[in-house]
Amino acid sequence: MQHGKYRFIVGFLAVPLGLYALFVIWPFIQSIYYSFTDWTGLSPEFSMIGFSNYERLLDDDVFWKSLQHSVLFAVLVPLVTLGLALFFAFMLNVGGRRRRGGPVISGVRGSSFYKIVYFFPQVLSIAIVALLFAFAYNPDSGAINSLLRAVGLDGVQPLWLGDPNLALWCVMAVIVWSTVGFFVVLFSAGMASIPADLYEAALLDGAGRATTFFKVTLPLLWDTVQSGWVYMGILALGAESFAVVQIMTTGPGGPDYSTTVMVLYVYQKAFRDGQAAYATTIGVALLVVTLAFAALVMKLGRRERLEY
Amino acid sequence: MGSSTAAHDGADRHGALGVGRRDLIKRSAALGLISVPTMGFLSACASGGGGDDEGKAKAGKKTAKNPLAVNDSAQLEFVLFDGGFGKEYAEDAVKVYEKNFPDATVKFSATQKIQSTLQPRFNQGTPPDLIDNSGAEQMDMGVLVGKDQLADLTPLLDAPSYDDPNKKVRDTLRPGIVEMGQFDGDKVWILYYAYTVYGVWYSQKALDSLDEQYPETWDQMLAVCAKAKKKGMAGWTYAGKYPYYIPFSLYPMIAKVGGREVLDAIDNLEPNAWKHPAVKACFEAYYELQQKGYVLQGTPGLDHIQSQTAWAEGKALFLPNGSWVENESAKVIPDDFALAVSAPSGLDGSDKLPFGTIWASGGEPFIVPAKAKNGAGGMEQLRIMLSEASSKNFTGKVKSLTAYNGGTDGITLTPGLESGVAALDKAGDNVVNPRIQDWYVALQKEKIGVAGLGEMMAGRITPAEAIKKIQGFADEAAKDDSIKHYKHQ
Repeated sequence: MQHGKYRFIVGFLAVPLGLYALFVIWPFIQSIYYSFTDWTGLSPEFSMIGFSNYERLLDDDVFWKSLQHSVLFAVLVPLVTLGLALFFAFMLNVGGRRRRGGPVISGVRGSSFYKIVYFFPQVLSIAIVALLFAFAYNPDSGAINSLLRAVGLDGVQPLWLGDPNLALWCVMAVIVWSTVGFFVVLFSAGMASIPADLYEAALLDGAGRATTFFKVTLPLLWDTVQSGWVYMGILALGAESFAVVQIMTTGPGGPDYSTTVMVLYVYQKAFRDGQAAYATTIGVALLVVTLAFAALVMKLGRRERLEY
Repeated sequence: MGSSTAAHDGADRHGALGVGRRDLIKRSAALGLISVPTMGFLSACASGGGGDDEGKAKAGKKTAKNPLAVNDSAQLEFVLFDGGFGKEYAEDAVKVYEKNFPDATVKFSATQKIQSTLQPRFNQGTPPDLIDNSGAEQMDMGVLVGKDQLADLTPLLDAPSYDDPNKKVRDTLRPGIVEMGQFDGDKVWILYYAYTVYGVWYSQKALDSLDEQYPETWDQMLAVCAKAKKKGMAGWTYAGKYPYYIPFSLYPMIAKVGGREVLDAIDNLEPNAWKHPAVKACFEAYYELQQKGYVLQGTPGLDHIQSQTAWAEGKALFLPNGSWVENESAKVIPDDFALAVSAPSGLDGSDKLPFGTIWASGGEPFIVPAKAKNGAGGMEQLRIMLSEASSKNFTGKVKSLTAYNGGTDGITLTPGLESGVAALDKAGDNVVNPRIQDWYVALQKEKIGVAGLGEMMAGRITPAEAIKKIQGFADEAAKDDSIKHYKHQ
């Protein structure tokens, strides 16, 4: 057994590692390489230009704005989404009033219905969600302003996506709306695996809902929350933020660069302006931000695991 | 279960057997590093190798019927942008090619994803022979030209036209088409097939109901807007989310007020080009519309479709747009709308150019790649499309003019198209063609359009601030050596 084990292990690992290297690691290395060239993306010719792209990056106001927005996305969107999801999941599973003869812990009345409602946005693709909200935000005939008019707030007719001070928040709200349901279900599953006797003991000791949440539920759910945080942050830095900004916002990326994010900027440079090499440079910066974000969350979130 | 102690136990147990988890991770990491190949190998990747002349079709025999010496048995590959104009017109033209060259096969395809389909093929050096490089996924023309990826279309322009052997193709085209295909120097890289009229679009019926004519001066414009406002109708709306629609009427107005040179200076990115008094006067005129409440409430949050719909519903009178609006908004424009286009209003009688000065230019840019296998075939296909019959077919089917000068006799024109033809007649030589739109896309769209004009028309910055901001963007672009710069000849 001893002598064949390497061959055995390599035999199992070669294919997945090879695929991973080819489709994940390899493109990363390539794009780092291209960031040192002047490749346009429209012709096979290019030459090495050293650090020029990086120098240009440091002087690029739009890049710094997009970085700022991306960081804001990575911090705020997970915070709000996970906060809301935790609250909802808690109310659905634990937060209900005690009913005579019922189980020790239960959710609020109609919780199984709410669960479906919360999860519903998850079945829609983000592109559809973004398009629907673009209609809702239409200042002339959109649902939101029509509602405001219907309740007599004729004077309050914000431009929503047309207002540089509101646009970014509008976009973030859409991402939160569309992802919160997934985390409600995830956390509900996590909460279901917490033994009921822990809650029973807490209740006997006279703990209220808030105390139960912070002292029992949250610590026992911490692993799930942490991976959810990383996952959500990466979504907010990457695909989701690109889709909503590209589909919904002025320009896209505006008004006045108020919603531009790094992924959008990569796309515009590579596929609109024919500056693929500069786009990969921004991509490298995005990689650094993403890695830093993941590392930070892991570091901050490290806690002793609890056994139960 | 799942606890850290259990994991440690497991690791220890494996360790006793031989390869521990930690060892395994270390070794697989090492394996990963080894598999990272050298940089030399890297360069042969996404960008592929350069193509050369091998594999190109041999030239055919030059005859009166075949002035471009097309190899009559070589395959032709034609990729069309499948957009607002559809693909039928091109398929019809392909049939003519196949009839003229029975031995040749034509590989025709239509897609909306021009760039994602063709960018890799340019990178590999194996592009198709003729491309309609249009739509949202248009490949940057400046870069294609700058990197010598396109064929010079001069042979096509100097070839005899399809209908009349005594007339060169060049002489059958509408004004501005040839110049638009040039970037620097005499070579013509692009042939714009469709011909777009930009201007102020309105409903003649709505204007009649106000008992007004289309205003020729700005005072009249303000008077019409005031009258419309009293009837609960806004004067203007525009694609607020894409404010680079505003220039469709603003730029020709600048040319009318200050002369062509002002626009040329802007295109050439000359210092202080935007600080010209004509620019300032026109910016202030547009700003006044906003300040007086003549712009439809909420316009800055509307996209092009939403603004066109609001306009078609009669919520606003005027809309800066291009001649595609008739086709694009066909479903929402009422039958009795009496769609019309006008050249933009000027300021007053002291303007440099007469009323009627309009922006018209080519659309649907067709290119023949330099590395195409059958470039002559691509040009011949274009020559066929520029015949009177093909041009009429296009106009009849998609309600748009073509680069072919004429081709409207004997077919029924839709109201918008008819008014476009009339506007071109009225303009005569006073057709302007600002190039900033195709020379510097990012500058025109997101900087001047969204960050400058968009903010001004939303009332968030004043004309003076907008001009300062835009001049700053233009200066930046002039200094930016990562983009190619062009000058009017």
